[in-house]
Amino acid sequence: MTTAAISVRDLTIVRGPVTAVDHLSLEVPSGQVIGLLGPSGSGKSSLMRAIVGVQVMESGSIDVLGQPAGSPTLRAQVGYVTQDPSVYSDLSVLANLRYFARILGVTDDSVERVLDQVDLREVADRLVGRLSGGQRSRVSLGTALLGSPQLLVLDEPTVGLDPALRRDLWTLFHQLATAGTTVFVSSHVMEEASRCDRLLLLRDGRLLAEGTQSQLLERTGCQDIERAFLAIVEGGAS
Amino acid sequence: MTARRTWATARRVLAQLRNDPRTIALILVLPTALMTLLAWILPDSEWQKYAPPLLGIFPMLVMFLVTSVATLRERTSGTLERLLSMPMGKGDFVFGYAIAFGVLAIVQALVVAGVCFALLDLTVRGSAPLVVLIAVVDGLVGTALGLFVSAFAQTEFQAVQFMPVALLPQFLLCGLILPTEELPTVLGWISWLLPLTYAVNAMQHVVVDTQLDTRFWVDAGVITGMAVALLALGAVTLRRQTR
Ligand SMILES: Nc1ncnc2c1ncn2[C@@H]1O[C@H](COP(=O)(O)OP(=O)(O)OP(=O)(O)O)[C@@H](O)[C@H]1O
Ligand SMILES: [Mg+2]
Repeated sequence: MTTAAISVRDLTIVRGPVTAVDHLSLEVPSGQVIGLLGPSGSGKSSLMRAIVGVQVMESGSIDVLGQPAGSPTLRAQVGYVTQDPSVYSDLSVLANLRYFARILGVTDDSVERVLDQVDLREVADRLVGRLSGGQRSRVSLGTALLGSPQLLVLDEPTVGLDPALRRDLWTLFHQLATAGTTVFVSSHVMEEASRCDRLLLLRDGRLLAEGTQSQLLERTGCQDIERAFLAIVEGGAS
Repeated sequence: MTARRTWATARRVLAQLRNDPRTIALILVLPTALMTLLAWILPDSEWQKYAPPLLGIFPMLVMFLVTSVATLRERTSGTLERLLSMPMGKGDFVFGYAIAFGVLAIVQALVVAGVCFALLDLTVRGSAPLVVLIAVVDGLVGTALGLFVSAFAQTEFQAVQFMPVALLPQFLLCGLILPTEELPTVLGWISWLLPLTYAVNAMQHVVVDTQLDTRFWVDAGVITGMAVALLALGAVTLRRQTR
């Protein structure tokens, strides 16, 4: 596909005393699983917040699905999962999903579908506050899947999950991408790079490198993406 | 803003409250206990004098605190950020909360005033149902103020800081400690900008007058108008984008 799902142009985000995103430009192609990798504090969450329209931007612009980020029509087309599970801990899994389904204007059939997609059917009636961390983050992820969005913005959705669950979720992300959804996932765990169709490496709010994993490995002559990342950082510094 | 989303939000907030007996106790038991304590401490003539204004003040204070805490939690848990990234109107959020806490304000007013009339020998020359009505509206003002303040705040820290700022001056100037006519002129003017002043005033009317004149209805109308205005302002002020 040629059209970009997201295009960021010369974006700067200032948060308190720090410049979280610094004159960043990038494109996210549609219908793929795109990984946004970078160390802690590199600006991943800030960029994602700007894409979904909840972050004040200092300068620059973002187009999402052909419209300026934050446009009201985008709100139904973009699913967003915040880094910390943002669901109601004093409601059951089912009550959470039903509420967000009402807000999105979708039927309870979507709730049923999502319960299977994130494998939470067994705990559907439990209060979210009484779930494990991994279960809770799956409720949060499930919420974003309710509306069958064209673009999914997922901020570290696999943190704290066991390997089997992580594998299942990555499989799900690829299924969604095959069906045409753009999946934009952040991670600070470099191993997850191998799961993505394409990578964007972020550091100090700037784009360090982009490409497929094999392109990046080839460019640096490294064995794994962790070393490749360090090689690019050090190469850029000298 | 749509009726569907506003209503879904109101129901969701009520469902959360059902799972939260401590907040319900705070809303129903705390003001009742305070009134009982007061009836016990004060000689009867003083109790008859102070109970009505306090029936206006307590609902507002309690509903303000409960609403502020609820919306603060919505901010810290990230659910507000998520909702605002969804097709959720800012008004859906504010009015959904107002409906849910409005229901609680009704129950609260019935319980607290009921206990005062039935068990604590409070007598009013005016209308007891109107006492309940004013108490309900006062609770609503508290909720509206809490929603406005937390919409106004950019961060959860600011929201906490605004709480005493919004409450304490009203408490000093509302006419409970000193009748508003006896306040220094400037403070007197300020007191007429504060909803609690009208609440206390209306309550004092209901108690004294058998025949309610237009001044009572003006007071009642002003507090209701302030509640609606605060809610509308809260909906307008709530920021989708934060730093
Ligand atoms: N609410 C905030 N107020 C002030 N500064 C912030 C805030 N949130 C983030 N920052 C700063 O902005 C910069 C980028 O943070 P951001 O959360 O975007 O990084 P990140 O890549 O998501 O990190 P992590 O992997 O730890 O989640 C950091 O320097 C951080 O300290
Ligand atoms: Mg982050």
